[in-house]
Amino acid sequence: MLDILKSPIVTFQEFILLAGRATTNIVRRPFYGSDVILQMDTIGVGSLPITILIGFFSGAVMALQMSRALSQYGATGQVGQITAITLVREMGPVLTALLVAGRNASGIASELGSMKVTEQIDAMRALGTDPIKKLVTPRLIATCFTLPLLTIVADFIGIIGGYLVAVPLLALTTSSQYWNNAWRSLEYNDIAQGLLKPLVFAVIISLVGCLYGIRTTGGTQGVGRATTQAVVVASVWIFVCTFLITRIFVNI
Amino acid sequence: MSAAATERKCILRLENISLAFDDGSKVLDGVNLAMWAGETKIILGAAGAGKTVMFKIALGLLKPTSGRIYLFGQDVTDFKEAQWFEVRSHIGVLFQEGGLFDSLTIEENVAYPLVNRTNQTPEQAHPAVKEALEFVELGHTLGKFPSELSGGMRRRVGIARAGISDPALLLYDSPTAGLDPITANNIMALIIQEREMRNATSAIISHRFQDGHIMANFRYNPESKRLERIPDDSPLRKSTRFVVMRDGRVVFEGSEAELDASSDPYISKFSMQRSAH
Repeated sequence: MLDILKSPIVTFQEFILLAGRATTNIVRRPFYGSDVILQMDTIGVGSLPITILIGFFSGAVMALQMSRALSQYGATGQVGQITAITLVREMGPVLTALLVAGRNASGIASELGSMKVTEQIDAMRALGTDPIKKLVTPRLIATCFTLPLLTIVADFIGIIGGYLVAVPLLALTTSSQYWNNAWRSLEYNDIAQGLLKPLVFAVIISLVGCLYGIRTTGGTQGVGRATTQAVVVASVWIFVCTFLITRIFVNI
Repeated sequence: MSAAATERKCILRLENISLAFDDGSKVLDGVNLAMWAGETKIILGAAGAGKTVMFKIALGLLKPTSGRIYLFGQDVTDFKEAQWFEVRSHIGVLFQEGGLFDSLTIEENVAYPLVNRTNQTPEQAHPAVKEALEFVELGHTLGKFPSELSGGMRRRVGIARAGISDPALLLYDSPTAGLDPITANNIMALIIQEREMRNATSAIISHRFQDGHIMANFRYNPESKRLERIPDDSPLRKSTRFVVMRDGRVVFEGSEAELDASSDPYISKFSMQRSAH
């Protein structure tokens, strides 16, 4: 029984240690600014087209689903409100995070994993560079900066998607009522949790990707295993954390 | 030990080093090794004998379960990673397969120790990088990426990077593994040149006896730009020592003649290889 628990506890401990070292490195010299910019480009700009696409369709499908339910109560005018709240509070952050987890946690794990098995990480240490500072911290900063921005884009595009379904396509409500409802329904609480979640998810995605990458053993097969594990673990933790954060905010 | 020998500086000393996995299996078991200034050590052994692990322990990349490590006269066993960076700046390393950074060009790879350790800008490092690459006859590859080079070329870039910061100790991990005999001999010739140019202490991990044989018997003649046999009475001959490892232990240490004379079937395997070629 203890042996079964040992591995996840050790992994969690390594995660916490990595998080601590990566965070303290943010304020320590030398700073690898160009690496941060490069990662922002890969993670942020690189994920933008797919985020827009997913954001649009999640808003559109939300309006479609709501159209039937709301028409039963004669409340189709509320479609803007429901789309906005659902997207900003939950769907936007979680879907964007899952997308970035699939795209970048895997990318980070495979890149660092390949570096590990080809001794590039050892070479980096031997040549006087801290791999955590050079590889992990820039990815952490870049993800924490870009994921909230991507989420804002996804939320906004999603509300536009909902609008296109609700107003021109199904004529559930008028244009001004949709936007007015969407705007007025959002409170500070919604915005706060809608922006806190991507920040927490960014920490999970970048550090889980880095942790599984750096721990890779067993050649190319190990790189594949690390990549899969990184995506699975990051996705599971995204769901666990969204539950916990929502639980806290529901009571506020 | 003679008075002259005691005066020589001990560059690296491993004292009773052991490394065990969680399940209790030992990778290294009480390894003792001392490297003196100007000495060349050829570390031979079958795959899995613990050669690379011993290297990584000497570089502080792995922590031993027990034993002490002394580098350049100081006990570095309990050094923190940040302290190790200073120690490692005096060591040049060639990893198996070169250990080059895929995402950087050859120029950036070779400049890496200078740019990161001495805070030189890439422009300031450029002349030294060009010279180091020309030394390994790869001056034309500055803008290329490691993936565009052959295995032997990558190894040569690794040698250029290992020597660029003028280290006092050079460690080469399997410099000739997986290379054809001609390329392998060219690499060994470069390592001999590097040894003589810098007068550095070198350790070479290998499973080929020929590598050690070349190191022990040849020197580089800068005038003819060729390797030439070291005269039998030259003191240079005594500076090359052979170490044989087996299952995490050092089972032999001595000169080439002593290695040849060994009656142990495992040890003599590494000298018998010579007759096969």
